[in-house]
Amino acid sequence: MKEKYLVNGRILDPKNKIDEIGGLIIDSKGLIKAAGKKVSNSNLPAGVEKFDLNKKVLMPGIVDMRVFVGEPGYEYKENFRTLSNAALSGGVTSVVSMPNTNPVIDNVSMVDFLKRRGRDKSRINIFPAASLTKNTDGKQMTEFGLLKRKGIVAFTDGIKTIQDPRLMSRIMSFASQSKSLIMQHAEDNILSNGGLINEGEISTRLGLQGIPSIAEKIIVERDLSFLEEYFCRYHISQISSKKTTSVIKKAKSEGKVFTSGVSINNLSLNENDIGDFKTFLKLSPPLRTEDDRLALIEGINDGTIDVIVSDHKPEDEESKRLTFSQAATGASGIETLLPLSLELFHNNSIDLMKLIAAMTYNPAKILNISKGNLDKGNDADLCIVDINKPWVVNKDGLNSKSKNTPIENRKLQGQVLQTYIKGEIVFNRID
Amino acid sequence: MAIIKKLKAVKFKQNHLLGIQDLSFSEVSQILEEAKTFIKLNKSSSKKIDLLRGKTQINLFFEPSTRTQSSFELAGKRLGADVMSMNIVNSAIKKGETLIDTAMTLNAMHPDIIVVRHQDSGAPNLLSQKVNCAVINAGDGRREHPTQALLDALTIINRRGKVEGLKIAICGDILHSRVARSNIYLMNMLGAEVNVVAPITLLPHSIERLGVKAFTDMKRGLENCDIVMMLRLQNERMQGSFLPSPREYYEYFGLTPDKLAMANKDALIMHPGPMNRGVEIDTNLADDINRSVIREQVELGVAVRMACLKIFCKKNQ
Repeated sequence: MKEKYLVNGRILDPKNKIDEIGGLIIDSKGLIKAAGKKVSNSNLPAGVEKFDLNKKVLMPGIVDMRVFVGEPGYEYKENFRTLSNAALSGGVTSVVSMPNTNPVIDNVSMVDFLKRRGRDKSRINIFPAASLTKNTDGKQMTEFGLLKRKGIVAFTDGIKTIQDPRLMSRIMSFASQSKSLIMQHAEDNILSNGGLINEGEISTRLGLQGIPSIAEKIIVERDLSFLEEYFCRYHISQISSKKTTSVIKKAKSEGKVFTSGVSINNLSLNENDIGDFKTFLKLSPPLRTEDDRLALIEGINDGTIDVIVSDHKPEDEESKRLTFSQAATGASGIETLLPLSLELFHNNSIDLMKLIAAMTYNPAKILNISKGNLDKGNDADLCIVDINKPWVVNKDGLNSKSKNTPIENRKLQGQVLQTYIKGEIVFNRID
Repeated sequence: MAIIKKLKAVKFKQNHLLGIQDLSFSEVSQILEEAKTFIKLNKSSSKKIDLLRGKTQINLFFEPSTRTQSSFELAGKRLGADVMSMNIVNSAIKKGETLIDTAMTLNAMHPDIIVVRHQDSGAPNLLSQKVNCAVINAGDGRREHPTQALLDALTIINRRGKVEGLKIAICGDILHSRVARSNIYLMNMLGAEVNVVAPITLLPHSIERLGVKAFTDMKRGLENCDIVMMLRLQNERMQGSFLPSPREYYEYFGLTPDKLAMANKDALIMHPGPMNRGVEIDTNLADDINRSVIREQVELGVAVRMACLKIFCKKNQ
């Protein structure tokens, strides 16, 4: 591969706190050779071919910590090829895949299968998560040590929560010995049982059973109590409420070490968007009030929340064209993660650097992978973004196999122009 | 038929009757006026007219129902429609597929009106998107039961002349009740003041936002009320324990003479049925012909449903 010279771009690298006009050099192995203002037309050798970025943003490829693939078992919803296409069109170059497949990713042989399929069928980096318990049954913990050695970056039961407190304490205790990352989807099953949307005025009006926000808070409080006794790498996958945000903020201020995430859906939508039983907005955790949404934005701003995820959960139309209580939970979102996030920048909710950090450097740091930054010597996984370009979401234009976007017809500002993996252009919107 | 007066038609916005929330004041008035004409018809010796002759009405009931289903059936037949009732309560087919698949199948038979009851809130809305005929909601989950509220309004108007200015208490299992929700919307729209009375575990979140005052003390909730609407405890919808016992419930929330004494002297007692005597209502009060209008509700229910069938069937022609 020839060296590539990208010049005259707005280089954004949250890890190195760079936000400046400059360029980037990709070496012949597809690694980053240099990045920043020092890379400019004037100090590059004459005669080499340079790609002018026209002041567009060049940033690390996005690391999405919560993605459901569909392989194995639900290939009709999403496979590695369609996921890869969807991800790349949204500037996502690395994903953590959730273990809620059929069969569940809970043993070493499944990891081999996943890595092989991921490598053969997709171009993005797949970092598989394995389940915390066998078959996500919440009873018997999986082989953290062996799985981690095979390349598992994190453990989670994905859409399920470890309900049994004794088991959770042992998981945290045992995980500390292999330094495994535990990711909890926080929702108390009994409190949320039968619940469909946030408990409040909307649930009363629609006659749908509510999920109280305390169902989330109580699990977070429980786990943070355990963390005092059994210190491990602990991450709360996605929080949805103001109450939980306060609990996390307080715990962090007391010096507890852990991290938390939020879905872009909970940052950009609220319960009112459910309108007349829109099943595409049936999510877990549920969309909550505007007050909750604003608290989550504040949480990103003050560092209470570290990561923004797409919570990409492809569901076929048949699973959604049901009554609200019977419809599947989840929304497609990997290709709109960045553009929808940029809405929060454009409406002055979140500073651009903080926003990008929550999707690049922060998740990479939590996962302990050398992604999400523009360090010299790292794979050149990048994306080039026109952060001002207006466009309208249209489900038929999406690459994901499932079209369950919660933001159909939304006017967005900001689109990915090019995506690079290991220095190669793998997605291109530039003519 | 001379007995059916010609009314000045109000143009209905919706093609379907999915909930009181979708109706305007003038639409509600139109339904009630139409219904009044049918009250007379239902009392006459020849009860059948041919307004809907040649029309097909399908009653699609996914939940057991006695009074609502028979009321709709009778209403359709009195208007001359061909009525078919389908009970899909115990169907072995996977629930979700049943609704859409059944809808598509029925649609192919060209019905003019489908009356649907379903355990899931919003099911009639979904159904209405899939069929070409009018859909009438006969109760969905805990969301709405519009014809029940309309017949309650008609009963009140029949006795009191109007709803406006009255004070109405809705008492009991508000949380699980679609009747309560529809009545809250309708009675508010018609200008009543609405109290809801329930144990705190059976009051829905943010219920005050629907324009009511909530009480957990029944005596205070009934103070100066003109209408006392009792609701059934919907044990079949309850997950887990909401109450210590029926005995404790009756003690604090059952309608008894001493609690009723807080309401106005001539206050009317209403109940959508079926009643649990001795659980939510004292058996003598339920049968008190001076106070209880429970049987009249059933009677006027047929008239209200005839009006709804007529209006929405015509609307979709």
